[in-house]
Amino acid sequence: MSRRMRRRYLALKVVSEQPIKGRDIMDAVLKAVLQLFGEYGASQASLSLIKCNSQKNYAIVRCSHTAVDMIRASVASITEMNEKPAAIHVLRVSGTLRTLRKKALLQG
Amino acid sequence: MRRFVDLRLRPSINDPDQVERMIRKSSELGYRLVGIPLPPNATRDKVDQLQRICSDTKIDFVARVDFAPKTPGELLQDLRRFRRRFGVVSVTCISKRVTRQAAKDRRVDLLLFPATDIRKRFFDHAEAELASKAFSCLEIEMAPLLSLSGSSRIHLLSRLRREVAIAKKSNVPVVISSGATNQYLMRNPHDYAALVTLFNMPLPYALRALSEDPLAIVERNREKLSPDYVAPGIRVVRRKNCV
Repeated sequence: MSRRMRRRYLALKVVSEQPIKGRDIMDAVLKAVLQLFGEYGASQASLSLIKCNSQKNYAIVRCSHTAVDMIRASVASITEMNEKPAAIHVLRVSGTLRTLRKKALLQG
Repeated sequence: MRRFVDLRLRPSINDPDQVERMIRKSSELGYRLVGIPLPPNATRDKVDQLQRICSDTKIDFVARVDFAPKTPGELLQDLRRFRRRFGVVSVTCISKRVTRQAAKDRRVDLLLFPATDIRKRFFDHAEAELASKAFSCLEIEMAPLLSLSGSSRIHLLSRLRREVAIAKKSNVPVVISSGATNQYLMRNPHDYAALVTLFNMPLPYALRALSEDPLAIVERNREKLSPDYVAPGIRVVRRKNCV
C-alpha cells in the first residue's frame, strides 16, 4: 500500500503595482520552476493554487514536501508578472492549512 | 535568534524616499543590519542622515564603500585614504592583479566580482588561499541572479558553484548580499538561502552567510575603529590623566 503524499502549504505575499490574479501567480511560479529546474523538476513539485486574495495580495500554494526548497527558490527568482515588475515573498511554510492561516495571519 | 544582515542594499542615495522605503522593506523582511554603499567622498551629514533613517526603522546601519580600482597601486591609495571612514570595505576586482592585491590586504573585507562578465571572475585557489590568510570574504550579490536569464544565468550559476566550492575548501567565508537597487529585487533571508542552494551551498552554510559571517565583519571593524582599540586583543580599558 502506498503512503499518502506529504504536502506543504506556502503563504505568498505578492508585491506588484497591478492587481493580482490567481492564474497570473501560478503562471509566474510555474514559469520560474521550469526555468530553474525544467519539466522534470516541475513534475515532482505537484504544484497547485489553493487560494488567492486579490485585495490583500496574498496567495496560498500547495506542493510536495520534497519540493519546498525548489518552489521557494523559484518563487524568489520571480521578478515580473504579466511583463510588469513584481516580487513574491514566502511568508510561511506549513504542513496544514489551518496552521498556515493561524501563523501567517491570513483570513480563512 | 539569528540576526540577518544585508551588507549591500543599493538605493539611490540622492533619493531619500527610496532610501527610506528600501530600509523599511529590509526591516519588514527580517534583516537587523543593512550596509549601504556610499561614495568614498560621502559627507558625514549623509552618513548621519542614513543612520537616522535606520534608527527610526529600528535597524542597524553600517556605512560601506566599494572600490573598483584599475591597478593595485590605486587600491592601496584608496585604502590608505578612506579605510578608517567606513565600517565595511569591498573591492570590485576587475583584473587579476587587483584581485591578488585585494585578497592579501587585511584592510579589505569583501571581494566582489562582476556578475555579468564571467571572464572577469578571478576567484581561484590562489586568491582563496590569500583571502583566507587575510580574513577577507567572498561576497555574492543576488540581484544579478534574479535579473539575468537564459545562458547568462546558467554561466553565472555554474561559476558561482565553482567559487563556493573553492571558498569552502580554503575556509574563506562567503557573504550573501542582495545588491538590490529597487524593492522588487529584495527578498527575505530564507528565500535567499533557498536560492543559493542552486549553487550547492547547503542551507545551514547559506544561513550563516546571511547572518553570522557578515555580522562578524561588522563587529570586528567596529572594534578596530573604536578609539579604545590598540591592536588585536589589546584595547584601552580605562584612561587616567598622569600629571
